[in-house]
Parts: sequence; C-alpha cells; structure tokens
Amino acid sequence: MTQLDTNQPYALVMRGIVKRFPGVLANDHVDLALYPGEVHALLGENGAGKSTLMNILSGLYRPDAGQIIINGEPVTFNSPRDAIRRGIGMVHQHFMLVPTLTVAENLILGQDDIGFILDYTALEAKVAELSQKFGLAVDPHAKIWQLSVGEQQRVEILKMLYHGAKILIMDEPTAVLTPQEVEELFKTLREMAAVGHTIIFISHKLDEVLEIADRVTVLRRGKVTAVVDTAHTTKAELARLMVGREVLFRVEKKPANPGNPILEIQNLNAKNDRGLPALRNLSLTVRSGEIVGVAGVAGNGQVELAEVITGLRPAESGKILVHGQDITNKPATAAIDRGVAHIPADRTGVGSAPNLYLDENLIMKSYRHPPISKGWAINLSEAFRQAVQLIKRFDVKTPDVKTPARLLSGGNLQKLILARELSREPEAIIAVYPSRGLDAGATEAVHRRLIDERDRGSAILLISEDLDELLSLADRIVVLYEGQIIGEVPPKDELVDEIGLMMAGTKIQAGD
Amino acid sequence: MDGTTLIFIFNIVSAGLRTGTPLLFATIGELITERAGVLNLGVEGMMLAGALAGFAVSFSTGNPWLGVAAGMLAAGVLSLLHGLVAISLRGDQVVSGLALAFVGRGLTAVLGARYVQIRDVPRLPNIEMPFLNDIPLIGPTILGPLFGRQNIVLYLGFLLVPLVWFFINRTRAGLNLRAIGEYPAAADAAGINVVRLRYFYVFVGGMLAGLAGASLSLAVTPLWIEDMTAGQGWIAVGLVIFAGWDPWRAALGSYIFGALRRLPLDLQSVSWLPFASNPILGTWLSMIPYLFTIVALMFSSREAARKRLGAPAALGVPYVRGERGL
Repeated sequence: MTQLDTNQPYALVMRGIVKRFPGVLANDHVDLALYPGEVHALLGENGAGKSTLMNILSGLYRPDAGQIIINGEPVTFNSPRDAIRRGIGMVHQHFMLVPTLTVAENLILGQDDIGFILDYTALEAKVAELSQKFGLAVDPHAKIWQLSVGEQQRVEILKMLYHGAKILIMDEPTAVLTPQEVEELFKTLREMAAVGHTIIFISHKLDEVLEIADRVTVLRRGKVTAVVDTAHTTKAELARLMVGREVLFRVEKKPANPGNPILEIQNLNAKNDRGLPALRNLSLTVRSGEIVGVAGVAGNGQVELAEVITGLRPAESGKILVHGQDITNKPATAAIDRGVAHIPADRTGVGSAPNLYLDENLIMKSYRHPPISKGWAINLSEAFRQAVQLIKRFDVKTPDVKTPARLLSGGNLQKLILARELSREPEAIIAVYPSRGLDAGATEAVHRRLIDERDRGSAILLISEDLDELLSLADRIVVLYEGQIIGEVPPKDELVDEIGLMMAGTKIQAGD
Repeated sequence: MDGTTLIFIFNIVSAGLRTGTPLLFATIGELITERAGVLNLGVEGMMLAGALAGFAVSFSTGNPWLGVAAGMLAAGVLSLLHGLVAISLRGDQVVSGLALAFVGRGLTAVLGARYVQIRDVPRLPNIEMPFLNDIPLIGPTILGPLFGRQNIVLYLGFLLVPLVWFFINRTRAGLNLRAIGEYPAAADAAGINVVRLRYFYVFVGGMLAGLAGASLSLAVTPLWIEDMTAGQGWIAVGLVIFAGWDPWRAALGSYIFGALRRLPLDLQSVSWLPFASNPILGTWLSMIPYLFTIVALMFSSREAARKRLGAPAALGVPYVRGERGL
C-alpha cells in the first residue's frame, strides 16, 4: 500500500482511522484521500467497513484513532452537525426526508440561518433557483411522499448542496433506481464533480464503479487493500481485491428445460398493509425446471406476491394452484405441505426465529412429520443429527449447532434458510431478494443452489431488484409495476433499457 | 323559534365556551406532545395534579396566578416522568401513560383530602369588555352577552389556538417539531436534537394539561373535589385523534364537548325535543369519556387506522439512533 503524500492538494484526508466495536475491528488504520472534483468509489463487501468509515466522516461515530483533514486543516466531529458545517453531506441509502413535509421544508430542516418565522415564498424561490443551477429539476412545493424514488434522491442531493456540502457521500445510491434513473444520477454526479464537488460513491456493483468513478479505494475486512485508477483496472481485478479471490460473475447454467406447470397464479388481487391494492389481476405460471424472474422497483407488490403464494397474506380474489391443487387463502401449512419453499425478504423476522438454535430453526417446516415428529413429541436427537448434516452440506459457518440463529452473519443465516427450504426438495421455490445484503461469496453460493434446484426440476419464482441477478439467473423475466405484470422479456443483457422503462411503468410490446 | 329555544342555544354556546376551555388546553397540550411523536395517555392524571396544585397554592398564597404557575409546574413534572419512560427508557408509551393517569388520580385524592371543604379560594378574574355592546346589531344581542364578561382563561384559549397553529405550521421550531414526530432519523441527520426536543414538548404538553386543571379549579368550577376532571383528560386524548392533529379542529371539538357536558341540564327546558327531559340522558352523556377512551386506545394501537387519520408517523415509536427506518 502506498503512503499518503499529504503535500498533495487533497480536499479530504482520513488518515489511520481505527474504529473498534465489541469483538470487531471495523476500521483498521484506514487511509482515504480525495482530490477536489473527483468521483471516488469506496468499494467493499458488506462488513468491509465502508459504512463505519462514512459514519465517522459524517460525525455519527467518533474514531478510536486517526485523523480527518479537510483542505489541509485537521478537524474533529462531535455530531453530524459539525460534519455538515465542514461541508460534508451524506445521502443515505434510506432517504433522510420527512415524507409529509414539502421539498422546501425538508431542505431547510435543521438550518438555523433562516428566520424564526418561515417565509415560504422566499424559501421556495431559493430552492427553485438552486435546483435550476444544478439541473436537479424538482418542485419545491411538492410533498416528499408524492415524489418518485429518483426524485426523492434528487431532493437529498439538493439538500446537501443547500447545506453547503462540498464533499458528498453517496451510500449505494443506485440500489433503488431504474437503469434510466441511474444514468440521470451519474450525469448529475459528473456535473457536480466538474464544478469542484468531491463525491464519495459507495457501492459493491463493479460496473457502476468503473463507469462513474475516477479512482477506487477498496476495503476488505476493515483494511484498505488497494487504491486504483479506474482507467487502469478491470472488473476482475476489482473483484479480486474486494473478495480476496477470483469471482465468477455469471453462474454457469445449461439452457432451461421447462416441464409441466407447477405454480399457477390466476387473476390474483391482494391488498397491502395499508389496505390499498397491491396486486391487480396478476396471472403467472411457473413451470418445472425454469426460473421466472420478477423485476420491479421495490414496493410494486413483490413482497405481497410472495406472501400471498405462501399463505401469509389473504388474497382478495383469484386463485393460486400448486400442481393443480387450489391453495388460495389456505393456511401457510397448505403451501408447505405441497412443497412450496419460501426464501423470504425478511430473514430475521419471517425466515428464522432469531433466539432459537440452528437445529430448531432447521426443523421448522418438517417437525410435523416423521422422522422429526414422533407421535406427540419431537425427536430431538434426529433433529440434531439432521442439523449437523445440513450445516455441513450447506456450508453454514457456525461454532455450534446449539447457537442462536441471531448470532449468524447475514450470509450464513441465508445459507441456513436455504438449507431448511431446499433440503425438503421443494416443487416450487419463492425466492425474494435472495442475495440482498450478501457479499459476493455468499451471493455466488445462493445462485449456485438456485440453479441446481432448477436443474433438479423445481419451479422457481425469483423476485429481485438486482437486474444483474435476474439477467444471470432467470430463464424469463416478468416486470411488476403497481401490482400488475406489465411485460415479459427474455433475460438478455441488451434488453436492460426495455426492462428499465417497464419498471418505470411504460408498456412495451414484445418485439418492438 | 320561541324565546326558550333562543335561551337554550345561548346557554349551550356559552356553556360550551366556558366548560370547553380547560378541555381545550388539555387537548392542545396533548396535540403538541403527539406531534413530537410521543403519546401521553396520562392527561387525566396531569390535569388533576394541575387542578390540585393550582387550588392549593392559590389558597395558601392568595394569588391565583401563582396557583396557575404551580399547577402547570406540577403537571409538567409528572409529564417528565412519562418522558423518561417513553423517550430515554424506550418503554411502552401506552402502559406508561395509563400508569401516569392513575398516579395522578391517586396522588391528588390523598394529598387533596384537606382542601375538599374549602369554598373561598382566590379565583382567576373575569374580564369585562363593555365596548362589545356598542357594536351595532350583533353587539348588544350576541357579542355582549356572550363575550362581554367572561373568565380570563376563555380569552387565553382564544389566543392559544391560532398561536399554536402558527407555531406548528409557520415557524422553524414548528418545522422541527413536525419532523421529529414524523421521521426522527431525518431530523437527527439534519442536526436536530430529537431526544431533547421530545422531552421539551412532552413538558409543554404536561404544562398545558396543568393549565387545564388549574383553570378548572380556579375559574370554571372554583373548588377542589376528588376526581373533579371527571374523564376530561380522556376526552382530550380522543379529541386529538378526531381533530386529526389540527389545533383548529381540536378547539372546535373541545367547545362541542364542553357544551355536551351542560346539555342534559339545558335540554330539560326545551319542550319540543323528545326524551330531552329524560334523566337517563345525563347518564348516557357521562359515559362518553370512557367510550372515547376505548376508541382512542383502539386507534392508537392500530397502525393502519392511525395512518389513515393522519397521525404523526413516529407517534408512540421511541427513537434510537442507528436503527433504520423510523
């Protein structure tokens, strides 16, 4: 690793940052140096220490050791307010906008250089002027909840600029955007860099990093493994630096060989938690031996779809058939007994019982039947024996079978859930965001398992917001928009734009 | 309309303004607390504390204004107990609020026993506005009789509502208040001290409940008896919900409920209404606070219902920095 040359005209230097949490060394002497006007990517797997480092920079955490230098001047942050004053603005993955307030109100929130009595006309004019200056079109009078996700992100950026941010931290900004919105965001980021703003772009998507960033700092297990120019590197090299070994980007798979319909959904309607329609007349068939990918911006009925199929949410109307048998509005056991596996989005709430041991979590779907059940009782030694086998077979890293599930890392918990669901050789699998939040290694394992299940003859419904995942795994892709299937496309990379448009609600005829 | 009907309407409006004023203070106080994201069901207990402290201090010092200050302070201190549980300890706000209601009720019953017989407490003054009678047409007929001579707390109430509305909707501090009740994480990220502000608004709500109690025992019904609020604190909690967290509608609701308390008495003089003179009507009307409480509790425990009514999104949710979402 190169030594920092502090004589350079850096906009920001973080030097020797150390941050310990109980049992974890989250940042181990991390160095980060940014030139004014550059887009600098911070690349790393989950748990590599990116968020910790950025939370230190934005004043939420205090480092145990190390120094922050802004424009050559050492600074100490005691609160987010200090960081804001020093021109550091963070756009969080979960937007920090109050939904019931207007754009202008959100911008001035926490600012004390405006009068006590708010002059809305003046404020809105100021916001409009700022949004024009940076080409971030947004109506200052609109309430946040009325805006699309892309627009909300624009408001977040605008808010940072309004607060006088010179250094912008973007925390996985593309995760919630359609491909078109990503393009627009990149344009904005380039424009801001061009006028001298420094941008820290946090991501684990290599393509995006290569496209937008000038330089990359790669973190692994709390340490900087490299600082590279994007002009002189490749995706494979970045991946190796990030993961520490070679990574396969596309799972190898044979062409699908679809058989009989297993899962049939007919004219399904369902409501969301707020009582509003979440699924509208949705019909879909998944055949044996195929993976049907469901694309869509989060919140368009994906979670509800999975819940209705698995019996966790009532259907208002319509039918769900498994092998021709109607399981609509039957209890969740109906789906379980007919071989429908569920890999839920919420791993700790729906997918596991965090305080129960691994063996107890593993028998949750099989304890009603022999050999686990023994009359009225549960055959605990059999459960333990099976658990030991499954943990080995599915490579769950744990000190012990008698470990509470909550102590597993995200990737290992997902492997545990896969072990429970897939060991029952399911007829159909409902997988919701199966690799969300997992690092490259664990993601690869999940993908491999799903492909193996497909080849075994399972019918798989894969709900994901990661287009790359869908394109690499699915045999066909349907796009969900406002609870309806708005179109179907084959998983071809060149169709990304079409998929993106459909995700934004544009109907496209197949073959156009 | 005959004479008795006119008198009836006049009586109702007049009674509504007078008996509705303590309710108005309590409702506005709870509204402010809830806009900050804290649910305090202990209004009844805080009102009682305010009523007793106000009465006792006014009696012993001879100054009703010192009584008001003492009442507000007593209720404010009680509210901070709730704040401690709700904000710092992140306990269940419904349970803590209910406990506060009972603590206030029990405490005042014990401490207030020796004040029950006292009738000559120094009261809050009435204010004369004779010029109202000089306004042509409606002056001598409506404005004069209704507003020409009323207790000062009534006018305080009139002032409070627009002030609170303006504060919440048109000032920077009000914006912060709305933000911490809707999405405290966003407020925190913007450099607003969520914990401190929530304590502050819980205290403000408590003080207004104290003012409500003191105006009851020093102006509206100037005496102290055990449990003299008779469920008005519960009505205040319910009114906040049905007012949709808006001060103007809270005021309207308070005056209507104030009128409702007098209704059985006044209705007896209106001959043309059926069962108006039926004595059971009064019994039914006194059930209202408790029905209201049940409905209010149902709403506060059902998230979907709260959202539809426009409740602050973080109402009843403790704020922990670093946790995602609310």
